[in-house]
Amino acid sequence: MNASLAPPGLWADACAAAALLAVDPRGLQGVVVRARPGPVRECWLEYLDEAFGPSLPRRRVPAGVTDDRLLGGLDLPATLAAGRGVLQRGLLSEAHGGLLLLATAERASRSAIAQVCAALDTGEVILERDGLTDRHPARSTVIALDEGLDDDERVAPSLAERLAFLVDLDALSVRDLDALGPDSVTVEAAQRRLPSVTCASDHLELLCAMAVRLGIDSLRMPAFALRAARAAAALAGRAVVAEADLALAVRLVFGPRARVLEAAATEQPPPSPPESRPEESSGEEPNGDQQPLEDQVLEAIEAALPAGLLDALREGSLKARTQRAGGRGEGGQASRVRGRPAGVRAGRAERGARLDLVSTLRAAAPWQPLRRPAGVQRVYVQPEDCRITRFRQRSPTTSIFVVDASGSAALHRLAEAKGAVEMLLAECYVRRDQVALIAFRARGAELLLPPTRSLVRARRCLSALPGGGGTPLAAGLDAARELALSLARRGGRPLLVVLTDGKPNVARDGGAGRERAAADALASARALRAAGFDGLLVDTAPRPQAFSIELAAAMGVAALPLPTSGAAGLSRVVGAFAG
Amino acid sequence: MSVAFPFSAIVGQDEMKLALLVAAVDPGIGGVMVFGDRGTGKSTAVRALAALLPPMKAVEDCRYGCDPAATEALCAECRRRLQGGLRLRARQVPVPVVDLPLGATEDRVVGALDLERALAHGEKAYEPGLLARANRGFLYIDEVNLLEDHLVDLLLDVAASGENVVEREGLSVRHPARFVLVGSGNPEEGELRPQLLDRFGLSVEVRTPDELATRVEVIRRRDAFERDPRSFVARWEADEAQERRRILAARRRLPRLEPDQDILELAAKLCMALGTDGLRGELTLIRAARALACLEGSRRIKPEHLQRMAPAALRHRLRRNPLDESGSSVRVERALAELFGP
Repeated sequence: MNASLAPPGLWADACAAAALLAVDPRGLQGVVVRARPGPVRECWLEYLDEAFGPSLPRRRVPAGVTDDRLLGGLDLPATLAAGRGVLQRGLLSEAHGGLLLLATAERASRSAIAQVCAALDTGEVILERDGLTDRHPARSTVIALDEGLDDDERVAPSLAERLAFLVDLDALSVRDLDALGPDSVTVEAAQRRLPSVTCASDHLELLCAMAVRLGIDSLRMPAFALRAARAAAALAGRAVVAEADLALAVRLVFGPRARVLEAAATEQPPPSPPESRPEESSGEEPNGDQQPLEDQVLEAIEAALPAGLLDALREGSLKARTQRAGGRGEGGQASRVRGRPAGVRAGRAERGARLDLVSTLRAAAPWQPLRRPAGVQRVYVQPEDCRITRFRQRSPTTSIFVVDASGSAALHRLAEAKGAVEMLLAECYVRRDQVALIAFRARGAELLLPPTRSLVRARRCLSALPGGGGTPLAAGLDAARELALSLARRGGRPLLVVLTDGKPNVARDGGAGRERAAADALASARALRAAGFDGLLVDTAPRPQAFSIELAAAMGVAALPLPTSGAAGLSRVVGAFAG
Repeated sequence: MSVAFPFSAIVGQDEMKLALLVAAVDPGIGGVMVFGDRGTGKSTAVRALAALLPPMKAVEDCRYGCDPAATEALCAECRRRLQGGLRLRARQVPVPVVDLPLGATEDRVVGALDLERALAHGEKAYEPGLLARANRGFLYIDEVNLLEDHLVDLLLDVAASGENVVEREGLSVRHPARFVLVGSGNPEEGELRPQLLDRFGLSVEVRTPDELATRVEVIRRRDAFERDPRSFVARWEADEAQERRRILAARRRLPRLEPDQDILELAAKLCMALGTDGLRGELTLIRAARALACLEGSRRIKPEHLQRMAPAALRHRLRRNPLDESGSSVRVERALAELFGP
C-alpha cells in the first residue's frame, strides 16, 4: 500500500469531536462512530475515554440486548428471597452521567433504539414492566459504534438524528494518527468556562441559514451546531464564539449530513455511455435512437393483476416446486420476551425470560405445608416452581420487488409493471409487511428502498424510478439474493417478486451479449432456488416469453404473465409515453 | 422531575397547538394524532400541554381518580362507598398525562396481579396499570406507529368502550378508563393501522418551518431553555397562566353552545362533498368547531370555525388508496374552497 487516502485533517476533526463532546456532553448528546473495529477506532475511543476523565460510569450495550437489561426489571432471586418486588436497574440508568457505548449499533433492534432515543429525549428511564413502576435519571452520552460495511447498514436515523456528531474513521489507517486533542485538564477548564460563553445573534442566524442551504431540515442540527461552536470557544479559551469555532461546528455537525452537495453532484450529466455501441443500436432496442428514452420517468398506471396474489404466494398455493431445501417450522419465531403470549412452561427464571407469577405460585402451592414452618404466613417458592411465559413473535415478511427498468421493459410495459407493484404494495399494506425495492437497468442493480414499512417512501421511490438502458438480469437477481439472505439471517421471511420482460442482455460482469447474459441470469436464478426463497416471477413482456418460464423454473417459483390490460390501460401507456 | 418547555413558548406549529388545546377543552373529541418529521417538537408540545392543564377535582384515594360530580362514571369502589352512605371527599389533582413508553409490557398497560402481595401473602389483588392512571387525562404514545400490534388492539378496545376490562391471571376487574389519546409518529418509519388512525378525533401534520426567521427563533428559545430552564419557564409564566384561563373559560362555555341549523347543514355538505365514511367525521368536525368557538369567546359557531377545524377533523377519514400520498389534505382544502369560496 502506498500513501494514505484519507483527507488531511480527518483525524484532527475526529479528535475535536471527542473533545467537544467531553466539554458539553449534555448538549451534544453523543456521536455515531462509523469504523470497523481496529487500532484506529481503539485509539479514538481511548482518547475519548481520556478526555471524559476517569471518574464517570461507562456501560457497554451489546447488540442483542433485551429490554429488561436496558431498562431494568424485576430482580428475581432477590425478589424471591425478600418476598417483595425488588428492582434491578438497567444499563440506561447505570450509565447516568457517563458514557453509554452501543456495540454494533447498526444491528440494534428497533425497540432498543427507541429506548435509547427516549432516554436521550427525557433524560430518564420510565419503567413500566413486570408489575413495577419506577423512574430513574438516565442522562448519558451515547457512543454508537457503527460497523456497517455498506450503505444499507447504518445506525437508525432516529438515533443518528439525536446525536450531534457523525465521525467516519474508515478512511484512516494507523499511519494517519498524529496528535490527539486537548487533555482532560483542558477539557475540565473548558467545562467551567462553558456556561458563560456567548454567541452573537448574527452567528446564530448564520448557522441556521447554513443548515437550510445544505439541505438539512431538522432543527436539531443548528441547535447542535450552536452548542458545538460554544464548546469549541470554551476549549479555545474564548468568551465569545469566533468564526473559527463556527467553522469547526459546521464541519463536524453539518458536514456529514449535507444533502444538497450530493444532489448537485447527481444533477451533473450522468456518466451514461456516450460510446454508443453500434452493434447494439441495430436490433437491440426497437426504437433506433434511445436517447430520449434514457431515464424516462414513467408514471405508474393501473395494471390488471389478479387480487390476493401475495396472499396466495404466502400460503404456498402458487409454489411451483413440491419440496424445499429446509423446513422452517410455522410462521412464527419463538422469542423470549416479545410478541403474543403462547402458553406457559416450566423453566428457569433467568435473564430475559418472563415469569408467569400465577402459574409459579400455583406450582408452589401444594408444597407449602412441607416447606412452611409452623406459624409462618409466607409463601415459599423455590426455583423449580418457576413457570415462564412463552412468546411467539410473528417473523416479519418482507416482499422484495425486483423491477426490470431496462430500455426494453420501459418501452413495453414499465408503467404497467409499476402499477402492478403498487397494487402489490397495497396488499402488503393491508398485511403490515415490509417492502423493499430493487431496480436493475443499464449496468447493474440498485437497492432503491431498503426494507421498510413506509408505503409513502415506497411509492415515492417507485414513481421516481427511471427506465432505460440494458437488462442486467443476473445482477438484479444477485442483489435480491443478497438482500434476502441478510433478511433471513435476521429472522425475517423474504418473498421475492421479480418483474421482468425476460430479455437479459448484460452479463454479470457488465459485458454485453444475449447468450452470456441469459446463462448468467439462469445461474443466479438457480442460486436463489438453492437458498430456498419463495417468490413469483411476473413476465411483463407483451407476449409471454419462453425464457421467463425457464427462468422461473430455475428459481423454483411460479411464472405469471402480466395480463394485457384493456384498451383504456393501453391508451394510458401511450399517453404516458407521449407526455 | 425535569422542567417542561412552556407551551406558549413553542414557535409556530399553530395547527398542532390548536388541536391540542381543542382536545383539552372538549375531551370528547377523541384525541389528537400528530404526524411529522423528526425534530419538529411533537413530543415537546405534548409534554408542555401537561404543565399547562388546569388541575381537576378527584375522589380522595381513588386509584382511578374518579370525578366526584360524575356519579354515573364512578369506579366500582367509589360506587360502593356512595351506596354505603359515605360521602366522597374530593381534592385537587393535576390532570394526568401518562406516557406509554415503547417496550411497556401488556401487564403494565392494563394492570396485573399485585406482585408484592402475591409473594408475601399469597393474596390475589389487582394492581392498576397505565390505563387506570390515564383515566380522565391524556395518554401519550410517542412513535405510535412502532407500537406492538397486540397493544394497539388493546388500546382500540379500551378507547372505544371507555372501560378497561381485565381478565387475566385469575383476576376479573373492570374500571373506567376514559382518556384522550395523543399519538405522534413519523410516517416515514411505518404506517399506522387504519383502525387506530380512525380512533383519533383530530389528525395534524407538522413540518419543519422553512422560514429562516422562524428557525432562528426556535433555536434561540430552545437554547435559552436548555441553558437555564427555570428562569426561562418563569419568564413565560404569565403567558401560560393566560392560556390556562382561556381553557377554563372555554370549558365553562362549552355546554351552553349549540350549533345552528345552517352550521349543521354546512358540515354535512362538506362531508358529503368529501365522501367521508360514517358520521364520526361530521360529529368530530362540529364538536371541534364548537370547542374552537368557545376558546375564542365567540357567542355562536361560525362557518369560519368549521373551516379552520375541517382539515384536522377530516383529513384522515377520507376513503383513500393507502398509497395515495398526501392527497387527503389537498382534497379537504379543495372542498373547502368550493364550499366557502376563495
